[in-house]
Amino acid sequence: MSAGVDLDSVSMDFGTFRAVDNVAVNIQPGEFFSFLGPSGCGKTTILRMISGFIDPTKGMVRIGGRDMKGQRPNQRPTALIFQNLALFPLMPVWENIAFGLEVRGVDKIKRRARAEELLRLVDLPDAGDKMVSQLSGGQKQRVAIARALAVEPSVMLLDEPLSALDLKLRQHMRAELRAIQKRTGVTFIYITHDQGEALAMSDRVGVMSQGKLQQVANPRDIYNNPANGFVASFVGENNVFAGEVKGQEGNLARFVTPGGTFTARLGPGVAPGAKARLFLRPEHARLLADPGAANSIPVEVTDVAFEGNFISIHARDAGGQVLVAEARNDGSSSIPQPGERRHFAFDGANAVILTGDTAAKDVDE
Amino acid sequence: MTDLLNRYGALLTTVFILLTGFWLLILIVLPNVYLFEHSFKPYLPVAEIGGPKDVYSFDNYLTFFRSPIHISVFVWTVVYSAVVTFICFLMAYPLAYYLSKVSARALLPTIFLLLFIPLWVSEVLRSFAWFIILALKGPLNASLLGLGIIEDPVRWITGFRGVIIGLVYTYVLFMLFPLYNAIASLDSNQIEAAEDLGAPWWRIHWRVILPHAKPGIASGSVMVFMLSAGSILVPTLLASTNSRWFTEIIQQWMFESQDWNTGSAYAFLLLILCTVFVSAVMRIFRVKLSDIAK
Repeated sequence: MSAGVDLDSVSMDFGTFRAVDNVAVNIQPGEFFSFLGPSGCGKTTILRMISGFIDPTKGMVRIGGRDMKGQRPNQRPTALIFQNLALFPLMPVWENIAFGLEVRGVDKIKRRARAEELLRLVDLPDAGDKMVSQLSGGQKQRVAIARALAVEPSVMLLDEPLSALDLKLRQHMRAELRAIQKRTGVTFIYITHDQGEALAMSDRVGVMSQGKLQQVANPRDIYNNPANGFVASFVGENNVFAGEVKGQEGNLARFVTPGGTFTARLGPGVAPGAKARLFLRPEHARLLADPGAANSIPVEVTDVAFEGNFISIHARDAGGQVLVAEARNDGSSSIPQPGERRHFAFDGANAVILTGDTAAKDVDE
Repeated sequence: MTDLLNRYGALLTTVFILLTGFWLLILIVLPNVYLFEHSFKPYLPVAEIGGPKDVYSFDNYLTFFRSPIHISVFVWTVVYSAVVTFICFLMAYPLAYYLSKVSARALLPTIFLLLFIPLWVSEVLRSFAWFIILALKGPLNASLLGLGIIEDPVRWITGFRGVIIGLVYTYVLFMLFPLYNAIASLDSNQIEAAEDLGAPWWRIHWRVILPHAKPGIASGSVMVFMLSAGSILVPTLLASTNSRWFTEIIQQWMFESQDWNTGSAYAFLLLILCTVFVSAVMRIFRVKLSDIAK
């Protein structure tokens, strides 16, 4: 029993600060939807509006087609998993999970049975009588999920629930969350500033910046076809060239920069003649021994970092700009040494010209 | 100890320890030991002190158990102290919750100042003030009559009413602050989580906030109860003809009968019996002493 969530042009003002600015998105029943953005972009505010802790200043939140205005969190068919989980430390695990049922007047034997059932679902049997403080981080995570599932919500809201876990566990829980979502069919709305999480788990991702929804698309399109400079720079690494669009060349645009002239795809809303930026993913860049036919600039290799599955090569062009190319660690390309002179080249179809602010990367995680 | 030495040197450390020792020994331990010793001795004319009759016995303590009136006064003192404690809790809990979870942070200093100001006035004056407020022709009755809430003036200071009102007023802050601290330490997300799971406000309080605040409730209750049971000013000033407080009996032994021996015995009985009562209540509510110390 899952429901869709319809954000109908919602805005939220705190005093003079507009935390959420005219966000409109239609989340489908049973969808795994992520709001991705740096801290302070308004994604948590959106979550609090859906769960009912705050009402939007403007616009409407509809869950399952019903207007939620004035409905308190305890009246909405949502369950929120808090960033710090907010488990009740004075109750044993099973009472935590059964709390929502206790509220609904389910008798104790049934509550206990349901709690055990959910504990098995989240792969944590026999933990019912433990206290929360006796559990590990990942186990607490599972209890929080079970507690939220116990009330059979139509929509599950998750506020960066994995951010406190270490990397290994986080990757494991990603898969776990995804599996639980598929098993239960509940709509998941997931808040994160971790692009890897958002891309790996979601059916669709909404990228946010400064209260505005920048792009809503499936993870592949978010990465491959970013709508603007913010999305391109917030999700994944880039080589960025500032310049000007000057004419067509086949189905690509010609882009003039101080360092040279390139061809690239025109991003949405970028007109010929506009000042814009060219974005190129490091994995699409190659370092050739000889100048390429097009899209090629001479560089000097400055640093080679071995990352395991790939090798990251930093190089500097004539203007002093640092460029990054990535090579797969499969022996298919020759890895240059620092100080070597190469040609930084790329295929114009892999580069995209966009306007809009670039994101200052969130460095706290 | 070495830490203290390293930080302040030998001289200052010695001064600290001597001052603390002086305070503990001269001002607390010795007077109590003196009274404790005397509580086992008979009250004798000066000439017979040190004589053959001056021997240790439990007679002074037994005086209490042989006097049904004193026992009943003690029981009522405990009962009404408990009532005062409970009323203090009922008054302080909503305020503590409001202060710690609802009110704007910026307002807190002002509210706390307003709460503290009455404490700057001496307890005697405050009790007198209540004596005036509660008088038959006092301002309380005048306002209630003026507002048409009551038809005839209410005799407030009758039975234990005046004492209860006075004690609640005097000691309610001793309940408020531990409660405030306890509730403030609760993660607000837990309240929101409970609400999100569908709990109505009363269940959030019952299942999440109250259990968390239990140590605060316990320490506030112990303080208010012990202070009330041991209070002498308020029961003396706001008493009616038929309200007697146990401390008044101790005072009678000490100052009216000049019998410090029996008076001491009664004082220790009050301490011991109240401690027993408090421990019993703590056991019933499953509160540990270590929780309170937090």
